[in-house]
Amino acid sequence: MAKPETVRPAIAHGHTADTFPKLLLAHAQQRGARPAMREKDLGIWQTWSWQEVAAEVRALALGLASKGFKRGDRLAVIGDNRPRLYMAIMAAQCLGGVPVPLYQDSAAEEMVFVLSDAEVAMAVVEDQEQVDKLLEIRDRLPTLQAIVYDDARGLRHYQHSGLYDIAEILGAGRVQHDEHPQLFQNMVDLGRGSDPAIMLYTSGTTGHPKGVLHTNDSMIITARNAANLEGLTEHEEVLAYLPMAWVGDNLFSYAQSMVTGFCVSCPESSDTVMTDMREIGPTYYFAPPRVYENLLTQVMIRMEDAGRLKYRMFHYFMDHARRVGTAILEGKPVGFWDRVGYKLGELLVYGPVKNVLGFTRLKLAYTAGEAIGPELFDFYRALGVNIKQLYGQTEAYVMVCVHPNDKVKPDTVGVPVPGVEVKIADSGEVLFRGPGTFHSYWKRDDATAETRNSEGWVHSGDAGFFDEDGHLKIIDRAKDVGRMNCGSLFAPKYLENKLKFFQQIKEVVAFGDGCDYATAFINIDLIAVGNWAEKRGLAYTGYTDLAGQEPVYELIRECIEKMNADLATDPRLAGSQIRRFLILHKELDADDGELTRTRKVRRKFIAERYAPLIAALNSDARDCTIDAQVKFEDGRSGNIRATVKIRDAKTFPATAKEAA
Amino acid sequence: MNPHRKIGDVILQAEAISLSFGGVKALTNISLEVREHEVLSIIGPNGAGKSSMLNVINGVYHPQQGRVIYRGEARSKMRPHEAARQGIARTFQNIALFKGMSVLDNIMTGRNLKMRSNFIQQALYWGRTQREEIANREQVEKIIDFLEIQHIRKTPVGRLPYGLQKRVELARALAAEPTLLLLDEPMAGMNVEEKQDMCRFILDVNDEFGTTIVLIEHDMGVVMDISDRVVVLDYGKKIGDGTPDEIRGNADVIAAYLGTAH
Repeated sequence: MAKPETVRPAIAHGHTADTFPKLLLAHAQQRGARPAMREKDLGIWQTWSWQEVAAEVRALALGLASKGFKRGDRLAVIGDNRPRLYMAIMAAQCLGGVPVPLYQDSAAEEMVFVLSDAEVAMAVVEDQEQVDKLLEIRDRLPTLQAIVYDDARGLRHYQHSGLYDIAEILGAGRVQHDEHPQLFQNMVDLGRGSDPAIMLYTSGTTGHPKGVLHTNDSMIITARNAANLEGLTEHEEVLAYLPMAWVGDNLFSYAQSMVTGFCVSCPESSDTVMTDMREIGPTYYFAPPRVYENLLTQVMIRMEDAGRLKYRMFHYFMDHARRVGTAILEGKPVGFWDRVGYKLGELLVYGPVKNVLGFTRLKLAYTAGEAIGPELFDFYRALGVNIKQLYGQTEAYVMVCVHPNDKVKPDTVGVPVPGVEVKIADSGEVLFRGPGTFHSYWKRDDATAETRNSEGWVHSGDAGFFDEDGHLKIIDRAKDVGRMNCGSLFAPKYLENKLKFFQQIKEVVAFGDGCDYATAFINIDLIAVGNWAEKRGLAYTGYTDLAGQEPVYELIRECIEKMNADLATDPRLAGSQIRRFLILHKELDADDGELTRTRKVRRKFIAERYAPLIAALNSDARDCTIDAQVKFEDGRSGNIRATVKIRDAKTFPATAKEAA
Repeated sequence: MNPHRKIGDVILQAEAISLSFGGVKALTNISLEVREHEVLSIIGPNGAGKSSMLNVINGVYHPQQGRVIYRGEARSKMRPHEAARQGIARTFQNIALFKGMSVLDNIMTGRNLKMRSNFIQQALYWGRTQREEIANREQVEKIIDFLEIQHIRKTPVGRLPYGLQKRVELARALAAEPTLLLLDEPMAGMNVEEKQDMCRFILDVNDEFGTTIVLIEHDMGVVMDISDRVVVLDYGKKIGDGTPDEIRGNADVIAAYLGTAH
């Protein structure tokens, strides 16, 4: 690690930093010795102080500049969450360039579009894997002058021109600084709040990904507003484990740290996140619903296997927590004996469970992206974890709506955050505007104008409405909301989310637009259903085998019928009860193009690929044979032919709540 | 294959090795050479004598005839731990790890020969022991990092899937910092993805540490892909020795694998 060097005070008193580089220098001055970043190396956590980070960023920036990086150039950043890659983002911003983080697990071919669209000048990447990918596509990237790698393993013999070890760049940068001590400061001083500070590509649920540009201003103001709202300070602990290319990671692990000065820790590898969580004990945490679901499923499965005493103790205290825990968390009045019981539970059950999950110090846990089941909210909030739904978009730099601390409603996404206005268009689409609104789509003025109108309202593309408490409720993507032949509204995502609340169901794709009745593809959750099958002595060889078994169909049918009964109580949705379903023979996979990299269902693609199955769902067939192409992880592809059973589920007449 | 890697001189020579168990002739008059920094594969049908050959090299078996010359030194009856001290490490066809111990502890056992402190110092964790422990742990952590098994560092080996156990075994062999690494079917029973990982690790070890590797493997695709040279055994006799391309065209080898037309 670099030796601490002193960094000259950047900001005169009375000035506020309006760019990230200025914030960085301010931290180096105000809290220079406090930890800014941590990374586990050879099994031991290594810390960078703010001063060390600032010195490293300075060397990196000057080094990149010496290789020809200019103001306004784009810098691709590709890899797992590593301190050096975050520093590369800072370095690009110091130089007045625009960092463009990419999803590290994309195949080389998928990177071509983004890299050539962004016309990146240089790339800072993690390791050999990423270098190999870039070298493979380099001849199609005329603008790419240099590739810099952080981890030299396996790269010693590479002799390509324009390929540099980061140590070499840092060395060059330090020499530059010795020769021109003012150079770095001058570059930082040139920066303005209105300069673009990041370009994040949308996941591309529809068509080609678009580069969303955000300015220093929109990021800093949004991050500051959110930090004020939630009371974040420099003492937070955060584990940066989500893809750097995702806007959420950029806000939670980068912008907010730069605004408040808290320390960000990078996990040792993507497989060690659970262990690292326990060791770091984050106070502030973001995870997609899937992660909370998996954690809950794991806890429940392990409790199933626990001894009788533990099992009963767990359930006794969890029942108690469900009754009073949420009220205690929200500061509502709770009886004395209930409080005593909760304290005892904390000692015997809640504390240990939170410890296993790494949630012991957790003050604030966000989730977003998909709806999250009420029992999930109940479980975590009962344990005393303040878990809240967040509604955001890349175009808004995440923050649009968030649950208030004292009023969490599982089926809503909360109320608009300070500074952001939200309204519902006549079409039912959610519109928003605020300080975090994006600057523009890169090279796509047409798309910018289409998404953001002249008054600054941004079309979110989501359909929703405000409920009686002023909470926003999102039902689906606006363009996915369709109508069934009977004329009733069909919001597939709403059904899918409701079904995904069952732990046996991992993924659902519902169909019904222009059909007589609603149907669904189901992916079972291999862990939950596998465990269930083992308990019943049901033998299976793998996913495909288990998915095709009749008892599993029975299990899923029960889930669907429960949902149907629930839907029947809502006149707006009673028509979209699922009448026929099938369990897919394979898990939907991003490698096959069925999910986006953020694991959202690509509905249209799936509808085309599995057209025969959909046709069969809408007939009386009891089964259907399908050929599906699959891509293996090594890049080869093959065919899977399977016969998939189709079964019916009971539907219920709409109950007469619609008196009005 | 990496063009910059230099294959050096012969470091191990087996001369006219014959080995029998009672009336069973396991190896008959086999000579082979291993050159520094190369990847040499020994292939052959079941019972061809491949594992016996490895056992001769690291001193488990003592051949009735012939001798093994390692780094210019002919040895008479060497025992496995002496071979280990000379820089020969190996993994086994049936995984031979301590199932109840963590991955970390298993790999640490591979450092045993590098430890100089005595029993009493170790019991007290004092003086040299402490310094050694830290240095050894650092080396082990580097290997853990190298083989990407950080996530199972503290998991008992018995709870790991087969593919990972194989990787741990490789890690333990590497912990001894060997110059010659013998791998007995490192990819047996693995799926395609695990095999690919293992191939990558073997090549990385060879590339990064310059370790000479002798391996036994059944998967022809793998053998032809990663080997510099291939030796073919059949019924205890050597029937082929050459580059993968030469072996592909060798009539005896084809006959041994596919059978001859009668």
